Amino acid sequence: MRMIKILLLAVLLTPFVAHSSGQEVELDKAPIDRTDKESLKRGANSFVEYCLTCHGADFMRYNRHRDIGMSEDDIRTELIHTGQKTGDLMEAAMRKKEAEQWFGVAPPDLSVIARSRGADWLYTYLRTFYQDTSTYSGWNNLTFDKVAMPHVLHHLQGWQTLEPGTKNLVLTKSGTMTKGEYDKFVADLVNYMVYLGEPHASYRKELGVIVLLFLFGMLGLTYLLKKEYWRDIH
Amino acid sequence: MNKQQNSMIKWIDERFPLTSTWKAHLSEYYAPKNFNFWYYFGSLALLVLVNQLLTGIFLTMSYKPDAGMAFASVEYIMRDVDFGWLIRYMHSTGASMFFVVVYLHMFRGMMYGSYRKPRELLWLIGMAIFFVLMSLAFTGYILPWGQMSYWGAQVIVSMFGAIPLIGDTLSNWILGDFMLSDAALNRFFAYHVVTLPVLIVVLVFVHIIALHETGSNNPDGIEIKANKDPQTGIPVDGIPFHPYYTVKDIFGAVGFLIVFCGIIFFAPEMGGYFLEDNNFIPANPLHTPDHIAPVWYFTPYYSMLRAVTVNFLGVDAKLWGVILMAAAVVIFCFLPWLDRSPVKSIRYKGPYFKIALTLFVISFFVLGWLGTKSVTPLYTLLAQIFTTIYFAFFLLMPWYSKIDKVKPEPENVTK
Repeated sequence: MRMIKILLLAVLLTPFVAHSSGQEVELDKAPIDRTDKESLKRGANSFVEYCLTCHGADFMRYNRHRDIGMSEDDIRTELIHTGQKTGDLMEAAMRKKEAEQWFGVAPPDLSVIARSRGADWLYTYLRTFYQDTSTYSGWNNLTFDKVAMPHVLHHLQGWQTLEPGTKNLVLTKSGTMTKGEYDKFVADLVNYMVYLGEPHASYRKELGVIVLLFLFGMLGLTYLLKKEYWRDIH
Repeated sequence: MNKQQNSMIKWIDERFPLTSTWKAHLSEYYAPKNFNFWYYFGSLALLVLVNQLLTGIFLTMSYKPDAGMAFASVEYIMRDVDFGWLIRYMHSTGASMFFVVVYLHMFRGMMYGSYRKPRELLWLIGMAIFFVLMSLAFTGYILPWGQMSYWGAQVIVSMFGAIPLIGDTLSNWILGDFMLSDAALNRFFAYHVVTLPVLIVVLVFVHIIALHETGSNNPDGIEIKANKDPQTGIPVDGIPFHPYYTVKDIFGAVGFLIVFCGIIFFAPEMGGYFLEDNNFIPANPLHTPDHIAPVWYFTPYYSMLRAVTVNFLGVDAKLWGVILMAAAVVIFCFLPWLDRSPVKSIRYKGPYFKIALTLFVISFFVLGWLGTKSVTPLYTLLAQIFTTIYFAFFLLMPWYSKIDKVKPEPENVTK
């Protein structure tokens, strides 16, 4: 028993220690709710409008959006602006070769970006662009220094600059949204990208509950079976 | 059993040893009656192996071993194949759980001296299975062709490059190219789905045959065959494997499946330990990640690889790291001859062994944790200290196990 306890303790402690690695910029917590279908739909619309021009989501099919309560017609009218079919993959409008020429690097595919970067990183990143005359695009980002991507949402968020010598961003010219509206806009977008990273995740958890309930039932039954067979062993 | 069945079995028995095999390995294979919690992990390893084989077949149906298509084909499985996400998570979680189960199975053997005479060969066959398992994990981890697949494999293959004189030629031969590329992906796929699974299945079969020849050890580390009923010739402390241990192992399997399914359905990435964040970025040979770490089950050995920082005896530090790392795995093979204690089980061994084993477990975990971190001077020092403890456990065993104060073993097995 003592050995079991030592092992358990070591296993339990390891993740805590391993995750305390430092991040350069403190990330804001993204308010993610995968079950909020309205938020996911808003996010899908913004994603198609603002991201899909340059970034692809090459592993995602349009008709998968039925998961979040959109009909084939909704998908056709709201999400597809490029004459594709609903069974097609969400590919970028821009060609990769051209993108490389324009930005120096091809914009990454966003299908699983929420799984590699994490929701908090995306949520923070999309809100920390600032004007910087030293870069090629005229934009820089606190979360991703010297990022090649320009701030495509600046007309919504407004123009931010970095206070010299600090890590504070100041709004110098407002956009069409207030800070609260923009944060919510980004939250929806990130929520959608989390969904995009693993469309089956909600179903996975629902199914998991059923599977575990079944297994706990089985555990009881198999325990009784074992006990019955072992009655004569002392 | 009715008459028809009887005659059918008789017909088979005249042509194939069905009844005698059933008896020898199940209904009249006598196992000690005092197996505890630790004795579940053998049958659980078999369960995970079957899981890997079955889910692996289904993954192969949709996976494309092509550097240009591999990453996308995995996402295709995750999204477009019916229940593909479940099959893939069962396989990826199964890979990590295989190591959990096998490490615990080996630890059980170390606690109760299951490697001691007459089970030396059984232990060595087990070690061979462990080597094949490591190769399976390595070749399998490359297949999704993400950044960690690519750069993790790069690190491992570069270890062969550290071998003097033949190193470069050897790594080119392994890769089939001057760098990790499509050629390597194709051949690692072939090893992963054909060569190594066949090998592991054969070795597991041989492992069980060897086990049933010597009979199972038990938490008391005494031989139940030494105490047989004079009339029946059956060990007094033995019970037939079937039905006693089949029903017990079914209970254990369900308990394991609860943990297994908990991970699959609620935390398939296991906080980045089972599926690493960086592996959701497609492999890019031109962009080295800031921080490369293997999957958790290799991190203790990875720490040892990085622990050597000085050249000595005219040998490069990197090569020493590789030698140390290989030695850390191979050294388990020598346990049957390193242990000089008059008793087998930790229950009757003295304080020296208990302290040594505890230190060994701690060093294994600390090294594993260090292997996930970036190198700093403090971490390197810690890795050096704990690597020393790890090896001391083995190399000093002939002495501390001999002078340790042991308790007398009982005649019969105890609870």
